[in-house]
Amino acid sequence: MIEITDLHKSYQMGSNSLHVLKGINFKVSQGELVSIMGSSGSGKSTFLNILGMLDEADQGSYTLDGVQIKNLNEKIAARYRNKFLGFIFQSFNLITYKNAIDNVGLPLYYQGLKRKERNERAMHYLEKVGLADWATHLPNELSGGQKQRVAIARALASDPKVLLADEPTGALDTKTSYEVMELIQGINDEGKTILIVTHEPDIAQMTKRIVNLKDGLIIDDRRVEQVRAKSYV
Amino acid sequence: MFNIERWQEIFDTIRKNKLRTFLTGLSVASGIFILVVLLGVGQGMQNGISKEFEDDASNSIWVWTRPTSVEYKGLNPGRMFTLTNDDYDFIQRKHKDQIEFQSSRVRIWSAVVSHKKESGSYSIEGIFPDFQLIENEDMVSGRYINQNDIEERGKVAIIGYKIKKDLFKTIEDPTGLFIQLNNIPFKVVGVYSDKGGEREEDRVFIPSTTAQQVFNRGQTISNLSYTLQPEDNFEATVAKSEEFVASMTAYLKSKHVIAPEDERAIGVNNSLENAKRFYALIFMIKAFFWWVGVCTIIAGVVGVSNIMLIIVKERTKEIGIRKALGAYPISIIGMILHEAIFVTAIAGFTGLIGGLLLLELVGPFVETEFIANPSVNFNVALTTVIILILAGAIAGFFPAWRAARIRPIVALRDE
Ligand SMILES: Nc1ncnc2c1ncn2[C@@H]1O[C@H](COP(=O)(O)OP(=O)(O)O)[C@@H](O)[C@H]1O
Ligand SMILES: [Mg+2]
Repeated sequence: MIEITDLHKSYQMGSNSLHVLKGINFKVSQGELVSIMGSSGSGKSTFLNILGMLDEADQGSYTLDGVQIKNLNEKIAARYRNKFLGFIFQSFNLITYKNAIDNVGLPLYYQGLKRKERNERAMHYLEKVGLADWATHLPNELSGGQKQRVAIARALASDPKVLLADEPTGALDTKTSYEVMELIQGINDEGKTILIVTHEPDIAQMTKRIVNLKDGLIIDDRRVEQVRAKSYV
Repeated sequence: MFNIERWQEIFDTIRKNKLRTFLTGLSVASGIFILVVLLGVGQGMQNGISKEFEDDASNSIWVWTRPTSVEYKGLNPGRMFTLTNDDYDFIQRKHKDQIEFQSSRVRIWSAVVSHKKESGSYSIEGIFPDFQLIENEDMVSGRYINQNDIEERGKVAIIGYKIKKDLFKTIEDPTGLFIQLNNIPFKVVGVYSDKGGEREEDRVFIPSTTAQQVFNRGQTISNLSYTLQPEDNFEATVAKSEEFVASMTAYLKSKHVIAPEDERAIGVNNSLENAKRFYALIFMIKAFFWWVGVCTIIAGVVGVSNIMLIIVKERTKEIGIRKALGAYPISIIGMILHEAIFVTAIAGFTGLIGGLLLLELVGPFVETEFIANPSVNFNVALTTVIILILAGAIAGFFPAWRAARIRPIVALRDE
């Protein structure tokens, strides 16, 4: 599903250059649930953003579902983001003036679906994350956990091949975090490929594979026995 | 433009960002409103001044004589001289192609005019038929002096409406009746009225030939009056008239042995010269209001651009989110411009209609000496609104374009 070889990324800051990713090799197959761990500043977000085509690598190759991702123009990049990828952010990134159902329907708007169909599909995903009753509420009327569920529903709405989550539980309390993880596990059970960036070991334990990043390199990559979030809830 | 989904998206955004929309709209609407009112007042001033001017304005040229002021060829200054029929005929021949209307005038300053028992003292003027057009007289009844009267030295008279009232009292139409001019009977053939009012309606017009004969004026005349054929434009008309005046005075000076440098001896009133000053004033007023108008538009454009910049800045993160969800750059630009143009257009037309309504409602009541019926050319106002919308769109395009091109990760980091 994802194949990365020798990926490099530096940030230019004035005359200094900060080499963040220093040659990453990485493979993910269909249906995996992978966590990317590492201390703060180790380059986890940078890595995920490149995977999500929000940012570009300086060097190396990236293949997503058999498609070479390189030097894409803005238009094609936009289409790939819409079709292949679903994003979940630590800070939710919901559009504040749109209610839950309109937020979830937004990726479908960019696919050119009509409002009626958008609303039907968005409602379906809101039901899936258990927020059908909150469809017409604005983000500021929802709790943190509910916002993240809306964001998950939005990421799922365009039925992407890969879900990318950058610290999805970082802004949530433990109980809510586990509820969100339970939801993510359920989605993975249905076959969706998911990558989660986290620095919390208990969250990482709920995935099926843990990748450790340090000083811009993968120092450890192992499969783990998945802990079901349900057992905590 | 005609994508209904996009319109829904715009309306959603507008509905949920009422304050932003209101502020954008307010600045545009008030700008246009002020502009329309200003242009209206400018037009009103122009109307007012035009009206003041119209009363006694024409393109006429009057020539009369005064005592000389320079010694010349042994002749003392202070010498009187008189214009004659020869002068009139010569100028007529020389400037045939240029002259539109012409008349000499023989003036008897005060004569006793009577009908039966009623009498009064009025001025008598011996003139040619064209004089009616030079002085812009309207006939109340009867006719004006005609060429036949001139040739036959007819004892016919045209009297002013005021004289008719004084002498004929209740008689509705005095044409055909007789009046005495210094005891000489004349037949009234017409009654005229003048826009200048009663003070211009106390004259008796008779044929110039008759006047010279009856009042013993020989070949002499009191003054000359002309109007010239208009040229293609005002400037050329003024230039031609100045040329005409110069050529005519040069001739009269040589004919009557007057020093070429004598500025006093020949009096000339060229009302086109006055018109020139008048048009210069109008032009300045117009230029001033246009300048103010252009400044208002520039301020409006700057205002709209600023708002667009702020809107784009404010929406950077939203743009990042939209891009992360797969928005094409073009759809981002479209979204921002579409909203901006829509809001500017609605607000612009609101301001336009508001300004026009104000002028329409208040305008007719404004009647001071300098402002009359302020109004505005609808097309000009409409053009202004369109300029503002276009300028807003162009001003908005660049920030929108930049926002659409920044990498989503940069936009997302924006707080
Ligand atoms: N846009 C940027 N410009 C400069 N430096 C950056 C930028 N983004 C991240 N960095 C730096 O790159 C390093 C890795 O950042 P990041 O990938 O966010 O780490 P993590 O998510 O693991 O905490 C950090 O030192 C961070 O300061
Ligand atoms: Mg991070």
